[in-house]
Amino acid sequence: MALNEQEVLAGLTEIIVEETGIAAEDVASEKSFTDDLDIDSLSMMTIVAQAEDKFEVTIPDDEVKNLATVGDAVSFITKAQD
Amino acid sequence: MTTTLQQASCTQYSRVLGIGGVRGEHVVPNADIVEAINSSDEWIQQRTGIISRMRSGPDVNVLDLAEGAARAAIAHAGIEASQIDTVILSTVTYFRQTPAGATQIADRIGATPAAAYDISAACAGYTYGIAQADALVRAGAARCVLVIGAEKMSDFIDPTDRSISFLLGDGAGAAIVGPSDFPGIGPTIWGSDGSRAETIGQTEDWQQAIRSGQWPTLRQEGPAVFKWASFQMAPIAKQAMAAAGVTADQIQAFVPHQANMRIIDQLIKQLKLPDGIAVGRDIAETGNTSAASIPLAIERLYREGQVSSGDLALQIGFGAGLAYGAQVIVLP
Repeated sequence: MALNEQEVLAGLTEIIVEETGIAAEDVASEKSFTDDLDIDSLSMMTIVAQAEDKFEVTIPDDEVKNLATVGDAVSFITKAQD
Repeated sequence: MTTTLQQASCTQYSRVLGIGGVRGEHVVPNADIVEAINSSDEWIQQRTGIISRMRSGPDVNVLDLAEGAARAAIAHAGIEASQIDTVILSTVTYFRQTPAGATQIADRIGATPAAAYDISAACAGYTYGIAQADALVRAGAARCVLVIGAEKMSDFIDPTDRSISFLLGDGAGAAIVGPSDFPGIGPTIWGSDGSRAETIGQTEDWQQAIRSGQWPTLRQEGPAVFKWASFQMAPIAKQAMAAAGVTADQIQAFVPHQANMRIIDQLIKQLKLPDGIAVGRDIAETGNTSAASIPLAIERLYREGQVSSGDLALQIGFGAGLAYGAQVIVLP
């Protein structure tokens, strides 16, 4: 069953916390992966791979550069579930 | 049909009899290369785990490195070079398209008239070579195979490139494969995905390079390669263990291609390898030496006393192609 944006955000936050050690309360839709969360491109790919697995979606490598914020990723994943 | 042909008799088992390697003779610390890529020692270490890499000078070519590794593997195996009847050289940094460099290695070490040929599978090349040697020995086509992965990567670097050049080192690693009384090389799980050929490779082909006067160098899409290697290679490694009939808690060493320490760490996590297993981490001081990296990492594990004869090692190579190969071997 497709998850809504709130549920995807919760799941993605778990992945980000696990990969980076960032506190869950610091992860929010408007946060930039690079500028706010200081996530480098390799950690970003780890998060992407784990999100693909968790939400059973495909996030093409070319698409990752468009996922600037946590909200961008949540939005992409939510739509990709359909 | 009036005459029945004879065919070679098969041998049931093969194994690796010896492993050796040599590295470029110069230590190149991060400090020596950071200015050209506007970076820092800290960034390189955090991003790759590399502290320094070993590179050769202009007087050393890839065949010199290959010869050194071959001699080390022969010594480790305790055989005579004249016993070698097949030489397989995996390299992507030998400048002559023909004749094959392997023929010269056979000549230099005294293995003539061994069958000798080169293969091109980049960072998967050593595991491809082991796969071929295993098959040749068991099929009865060869009795004693010298497999070499040799690269002088520094001939293909662009000092200003932030994608791959700063990772690269020079070196060669080699193994001797022969018949065995017991199963010594598990089935190889190997493959490729040419649809992703542009992900890692030479910037332009030789014809374009000659026309443009631009020396070709190497480039990669780092994050895409990281994701592929970290997450798509773990299932391949698992398949290699399953095919060999072993589980992660039964192997003593994990020796992946030395591409990036963070890939190594991610693979360990994905494979759920037990704590205390010996892990090839030669990249920290040697850099990424493509086809040479797995045998060089094994050589270091021996030297540091982390592995011994009879241990089971899971090895996996992956890189340009995108090509990959994995197998479990019994260490000599």
